Amino acid sequence: MRRPGDRPPAVPVLTEFLQQLINGLSLGAVYALLALGYTMVYGILRFINFAHSDVFMVGAFAGYYAARPFTIGFAGTGPALRVNLGIGTHSVSGGLLALLLSMAICALLGIVIERLAYRPLRQRSKLTVLITAIGVSLLLESAGQLVFGADPKPFPELFPVREFSGGGLNVSSNQLLVIGVSALLLIGLQFIVLKTKMGTAMRAVSFNHQAASLVGINNDRVISFTFGLGSALAAAGGILYAMNYPSIEPYMGILPGLKAFVAAVLGGIGNIPGAALGGVLLGLIETFVNGSHYSTYTDAIAFAVLILILLFRPAGLLGKVVVEKV
Amino acid sequence: MNGSGPNLSRASDWTAWPKILLLASLGAAALLGCFSGAIDRYYAGVLTKVGINIILAVSLNLVNGYTGQFSLGHAGFMGVGAYTSAAITLFVGPEILPAGGAAHYAWAAYGLFGGALLAGGLTAALAGLVVGAPSLRLKGDYLAIVTLGFGEIIRVIFCNIKSLGGGLGLNGIPPYTTLFWVFATAVVCTYVVVTMVHSTYGRGFIAVQDDEVAAEAMGLNTTRYKIVAFVVGAFFAGIAGGLYGHDTLSIDPKGFGFMHSIDIVVMVILGGMGNTPGVIAAAVVLTLLPEWLRPVAEYRMVLYSFLLIVLMLTRPQGLFAWRRKSRQFQA
Repeated sequence: MRRPGDRPPAVPVLTEFLQQLINGLSLGAVYALLALGYTMVYGILRFINFAHSDVFMVGAFAGYYAARPFTIGFAGTGPALRVNLGIGTHSVSGGLLALLLSMAICALLGIVIERLAYRPLRQRSKLTVLITAIGVSLLLESAGQLVFGADPKPFPELFPVREFSGGGLNVSSNQLLVIGVSALLLIGLQFIVLKTKMGTAMRAVSFNHQAASLVGINNDRVISFTFGLGSALAAAGGILYAMNYPSIEPYMGILPGLKAFVAAVLGGIGNIPGAALGGVLLGLIETFVNGSHYSTYTDAIAFAVLILILLFRPAGLLGKVVVEKV
Repeated sequence: MNGSGPNLSRASDWTAWPKILLLASLGAAALLGCFSGAIDRYYAGVLTKVGINIILAVSLNLVNGYTGQFSLGHAGFMGVGAYTSAAITLFVGPEILPAGGAAHYAWAAYGLFGGALLAGGLTAALAGLVVGAPSLRLKGDYLAIVTLGFGEIIRVIFCNIKSLGGGLGLNGIPPYTTLFWVFATAVVCTYVVVTMVHSTYGRGFIAVQDDEVAAEAMGLNTTRYKIVAFVVGAFFAGIAGGLYGHDTLSIDPKGFGFMHSIDIVVMVILGGMGNTPGVIAAAVVLTLLPEWLRPVAEYRMVLYSFLLIVLMLTRPQGLFAWRRKSRQFQA
């Protein structure tokens, strides 16, 4: 996610367009991963999991700590969490292991959050759950500040970085990696949701809780699974996001989280392909705005998109209009 | 509506003579203002914060508590008011105040400040109308996100207005805020909200909160009620912003972000949604709490968020909901 200033000046329009397209896709891929978690939880429980953006942050930190033993410059300063995966410095397999480890940690975190904070509130009003979610989000942020420290930390090179340039285009291997890994995860998710028994159960629960439990589906288990799955994707998103940004800190999740939620609404909340589409679209829009004269308004664009979509197509691009029955 | 009737009338035992109560409270505020010189600077500063937070919490309570619309952008409206009133006292003030400075013409300065606060409130109300009119057709979570997004948009816009200092904000705002101004506004705000909700018209807010569909079926224009609540709430938030700006003497866009809005929301929740005395108590406690927790400052936010979760799990009706336990009744 190259800042406009990094580009060589006076590039032809088409090249610039392609460059921004790639930048936008790699940002959009992260939004898509994060948006999936929002959309799956919303689809099943009908509430915004505010803590999701902080799971994303924890994912990035898990990657940071997992990577420490095999990054350069680590001199065994802190014995606190020394995970030695026994793999050489920033190799592809090491990076993938760190990614998987972080996804596993966050999946567990997501399941624990759901179990402790949200499950006891299942029968309560949506507002209560929403406020609890805000509380969990604040707790993760402030606990993160205590545990990880408030100062921004440089994210290690998980994967070997290579720059490809040609014809005025500058693409780093990280950007391609982000797009590739996200695409793989999306395909994997689509497979889980459409082809496996658990995926079928997830869809059933999102249609109707009661009917699902009548046909023998354990709702609680499905919900736990959904949280785990969404949180694992958020962790992957966190690492992929951190790879293209210089540093990570405990509050890093707030803005990407909000934007990813906007992406989920843009695609139609509750709709999995919609979330992916919304994420990519939002990433592209933001990158193109960032490359234009209005770059200082980048952070506001997502919310402008949100307000427009809610005004003109509240169900989102791929969502179905649901008539409220009394 | 048997369930809501008795509770409302029970609540009115302290609102039976609203005008007398209003005058008495205003008198108390004036008294406080007279003796503000005798209060220690630190305590006066804390008291000012308490008063400003009471205004914010009570005005948000009209939206979140009584009308049941979850708004996460209250600090945004506060920012609009703060910037408007600070711009007036900073840029317009020197033009119209007689030479010799405010010190010689205290009343001129008071008039200017009052006008600036009012302008700040009106601008915030206008912003509330602009945001509320389209988004209040949405429900629950969506509204929360839109208002949150609006707060962020305001922040970005202020960062981009060069004449308002951009990201650095405005500095050197004249110190017009006094305890009298703060508490007089708090009293008026509480009076307006309470009498509004307890009026015939105001039952509509509670109807919207209780059951929007039923309220609509009864012929209430629910969107209109929501907008009225939103605009009135934004107006007082704007005034609170003006008071805040003239107290801290410098404002910047970051101060009016999401986290500040959450703080106000927590006051409303802790106090018990739609329970004005409780919300006032919560505003007082939550303003004083950080002062008490100063020795353990680094654990403050952890404690705070943890308490919020525990509270929601164990006592979602709010800590101070002694008066009206629940307006809802189960079928």
